[in-house]
Amino acid sequence: MSKPVEVNDSSFDQMVLQSKTPVLVDFWAAWCGPCRMVAPIVEELAGEYEGKVTVVKLNVDENPKTASQYGVMSIPTLLVFKDGAPVSNIVGFRPKAELKRNLDDVL
Amino acid sequence: MLKKREYDVVIIGGGPAGLTAGIYAARARLKSLLVERGAMGGLIINAGVVENYPGFPDGINGLELADAMQRQAVKFGLETLIAEVTGLEVKDEQKVVQTGEGDVTAGAVIVAGGSDRVKLGVPGEEEFTGRGVAYCAVCDGYFYRDIPVAVAGGGNAAMNEALELTKFASRVTVIHRRDELRATKILQERALADPKIEFLWNTVVEAIEGEDTVKRLRLKNVPTGEKSTLDISGIFVAVGFRPNTDYLKKIIHLADNGTIITNEKMETDVPGIYAAGDIRSGSIRQVAAAVGDGAVAAIYAERYIAAK
Repeated sequence: MSKPVEVNDSSFDQMVLQSKTPVLVDFWAAWCGPCRMVAPIVEELAGEYEGKVTVVKLNVDENPKTASQYGVMSIPTLLVFKDGAPVSNIVGFRPKAELKRNLDDVL
Repeated sequence: MLKKREYDVVIIGGGPAGLTAGIYAARARLKSLLVERGAMGGLIINAGVVENYPGFPDGINGLELADAMQRQAVKFGLETLIAEVTGLEVKDEQKVVQTGEGDVTAGAVIVAGGSDRVKLGVPGEEEFTGRGVAYCAVCDGYFYRDIPVAVAGGGNAAMNEALELTKFASRVTVIHRRDELRATKILQERALADPKIEFLWNTVVEAIEGEDTVKRLRLKNVPTGEKSTLDISGIFVAVGFRPNTDYLKKIIHLADNGTIITNEKMETDVPGIYAAGDIRSGSIRQVAAAVGDGAVAAIYAERYIAAK
């Protein structure tokens, strides 16, 4: 089972923007309760969409540059990047079925 | 995926009420499953520090308290499933809990699904959610460092949000539709004494406006009808809660506000279905009360199953 990989300000370009497959980025921080609610679902999505979607996590506390560049002002935020640009934006906790629908829509 | 899908007790919701029910049910050696849509802990994981739960004189971080309750329940044999509950059916005396991961059956069900923040319901709120409209100061206060923000509401949640935001924001403006707060006295005292917090009384938000992000609020004074604007880049909404009972309407008797009506045994009007915590009519929405409800519900659920 594939697990979400941590990305940071310096690896973001290569890991996300240059990625050949779509990338789901989970913007999170340790102090954020709803981020904990999303985390197990994001982990399951990494397994279920293995090969189709790369799933990564970005800690906004340690990587403020990327968070601010994409206007993240609320966490958890899930952004899907395709060909280097964000194509979907989900703010706050959503059930897994809704996240899957959202991913399927942009694939 | 679950191996066996038949349980004595299925608990819906992993907050303090559900986890306490889980501890009691598991210790009663009932085969017990707790279904939670995200992470265990319920609303306390957004709370920052919990100061009024006995046993923790210095307060305890909500995430830590949630983790501890979960470990305690799992230690005694509670099984857990991460899934959204979508329906509940009663077939003869069996209860069928429908989830995003399939159905599970139970002899008794304890509904402890809590409640979620309600939205203000004004123009701009949806559009700017995550772009200046927020619902969790512990989560998002960080993004509002050294700038002014607003809080809508006058209860405990609103005062907690305002006090949390003083750690980050340059000024916090509380917008409240009444001329007095409903929050518990100690929170009122702290908020009213805080030099960073100011109050706009008798005022409601009519619209949230901006471009990429929030720029201003359109306000109305309730008694006079006088309109005004407030230039601000963030608003935290804490105006109330809504019970997570939409899927139960046709099954259980609900109060007009959607909460579940129970008796002192936490029984609903359906035999074998119990409710506990914030989802109950008349709940005082406190961890201590939710924990008590969970224990009561589990003990009567155990007796119900034993009598069958």
